[in-house]
Amino acid sequence: MISHFLKLEWKQFFRSASFGKSIALKILMGFFALYFILSFFAIGVGVYYILKKQLPDSDPLQVVNSFLLYAILADLIFRYFMQKLPVMKIKPLLNIPIKKNSLVNYVLGKSAFSAFNILGLFFYIPFAIVLIIEGYHTTGVLGWLFTMILTIQSVNFLNFLINKSNAAFASILVLLGSLIALHQFDVYNIASVGGQLFDAVYSTPILSLVSLLILVVLYQLNYKQLRARVYLDEGILEEVAEAKSVDLSWADRLGDLAPFIKNDIRLIWRNKRTKTVFLMSFLFLFYGLIFFTQKTFREMPAMLMFASLFITGGFALNYGQFIPAWDSAHYKLLMSQSFSYRKFLESKWVLMVSMTGLLYLLSFPYLYFGTEIFLIITAGAAFNIGFNSLFLLYAGSFNRKRIDLTKGGFGNTQGTSATQFLVVVPLMIFPMLLFWVFNKFVGYNSGFFVVAAIGVLGLILKNYFMNFIEKKYIRDKYAMINAFGKEA
Amino acid sequence: MITIDTVSKKYGKAEVLNIDALEIPTGQSFGLVGNNGAGKTTLFNILLDLIRPTTGAIVTNDISVHKSEAWKNFTGSFIDESFLISYLTPEEYFQFIGDLRGMNKTDVTSFLSQFEEFFNEEVLAKKKYLRDLSKGNQKKAGIVAAMMGNPQVVVLDEPFANLDPTTQIRLKKILKTLTTDKDVTVLVSSHDLSHVTEVCERIVVLDKGVVVKDIVTSKETLQELERYFAV
Repeated sequence: MISHFLKLEWKQFFRSASFGKSIALKILMGFFALYFILSFFAIGVGVYYILKKQLPDSDPLQVVNSFLLYAILADLIFRYFMQKLPVMKIKPLLNIPIKKNSLVNYVLGKSAFSAFNILGLFFYIPFAIVLIIEGYHTTGVLGWLFTMILTIQSVNFLNFLINKSNAAFASILVLLGSLIALHQFDVYNIASVGGQLFDAVYSTPILSLVSLLILVVLYQLNYKQLRARVYLDEGILEEVAEAKSVDLSWADRLGDLAPFIKNDIRLIWRNKRTKTVFLMSFLFLFYGLIFFTQKTFREMPAMLMFASLFITGGFALNYGQFIPAWDSAHYKLLMSQSFSYRKFLESKWVLMVSMTGLLYLLSFPYLYFGTEIFLIITAGAAFNIGFNSLFLLYAGSFNRKRIDLTKGGFGNTQGTSATQFLVVVPLMIFPMLLFWVFNKFVGYNSGFFVVAAIGVLGLILKNYFMNFIEKKYIRDKYAMINAFGKEA
Repeated sequence: MITIDTVSKKYGKAEVLNIDALEIPTGQSFGLVGNNGAGKTTLFNILLDLIRPTTGAIVTNDISVHKSEAWKNFTGSFIDESFLISYLTPEEYFQFIGDLRGMNKTDVTSFLSQFEEFFNEEVLAKKKYLRDLSKGNQKKAGIVAAMMGNPQVVVLDEPFANLDPTTQIRLKKILKTLTTDKDVTVLVSSHDLSHVTEVCERIVVLDKGVVVKDIVTSKETLQELERYFAV
């Protein structure tokens, strides 16, 4: 039985759509994974010596232990957002003669090996080895490590229990908040109590059996909950949200563009991924705080330009790079309706430009950092409006990857291809270079002026470029229909 | 109305469609049958200029579909779910199509009121997005949208699939009214032989991309088709 499941897993992994991602993307994702593993590993090895040096009077293990409670709670919160029990996958197995008990055990057992549980080990195992090398009791350290591994697993299963309930989540947040507050104001240091618990495990390793007991209880609870819900109308069913229609008749003033603008607004608001893009663009507003507050960056004008482009361009860049793939699911419909392609493209342009404009208005508080900074932001906004919006539309005609809007938002790379990496050059590096060159060799103000002038020029010549872009889209129509028709 | 002139489509060496000549007069209800892979959807896709033919052209109402886009003004179509916008409610979807076809809000409302019976209270005002409707109800929305804006040509791929028996009967009635009362040219493909023979005046059988039968529907047609497919 298990071997059947493992074979399915194997095929699912190698035949999944994400496995067919472009090689560049795979390498990038690989780097991220490696980065996290190495960071955890480095901390695991180094933390003992760092603590020894910084706090020579205290025992590094005790210091680590005193923070573990926070780490566990933070882990739980992180998992609450990111980790879901993969129940949907067993739907096709329900009508096959497999005992439901083994299905449930399989789903739960599989979750024990999720990446969320593995990553922590890259910290705990090297740390434990260092402890043993440094002369701690081997049995004590092993008991401690055993407890940590079991705790990670317990958090894993606790998460699935509370995952459906917002109330449980809120109480954990409150708990964590109040613990930190109590600690801050020296009322009651719960962390040290938690620390003492883990210290006790080290001195009496047999106590680690308690965490085994906790894990078994949590597993049983999960098992019971899931076993009762292995029916199509229960846990396996995806929730259907009630449709909410908002009156968008104000957009009718845009005339011919109105149907498309309304459609785009609904597209953005009603799909997870586009909604994430939209909300993230407001976070990008704060991007400047990283750069403008640090002296090193203030002396690197090109980097200031970089930050400024992001402040106002968060939406245009993130939304624009996937035009027209956002509409890939109903591309055939659009192509068989009677409207000029220009309207469709114009509506996307209006959307990008008005969002950039809005973000520019919201960036006014940056005046606090002085007029120079604000002039850079203004130049960046002009460049985003005049040049980037048009360039993104043009680059979009190279998009050949379907985007399935029903898939999740965060960390979803569907639709990404080499295009997305290549467009960065003209979008970001070109204005940075321009700014740097003029700034360095001609004089400070000329940098703003040239970057902003290119934006204004783009705006003036918009119709000319739009004609060109429209022709390109019409020429590539069949290739796009064909590519968008394929499963993502 | 529609002239198919030496249309063929090849993918590499495999030829999926090869039609010498086919003429569909105005107001005809035209049925397309054939097993999987016979080229029915390919033909419809070429007719809607979603795929380019390897050779030949389709001319509808004196407009070569590949050269001009004017045919879109008088052609309504529903091929598959990619003709639906999943995140819209049915009302918003009809309004979107209506906007593109020059209908205002009242036009759309009065248009939809004709289809109350067809929708059977399962499509409108359900507070659901199209993606959350059942397959059958999605199909109802798509079919009705294809008839918006007084089209002269209506193209429906497998319209009967996924519909419940009552709706199938209602759809047949609607399609018949289209051709008899309004002189609309209707092109329908189906795997259900009895439905097409009931609705269509003329039935063309495709096999591996080639026209093998071109029948004016009579009482014997259903039997003839059943004999042909019972291999």
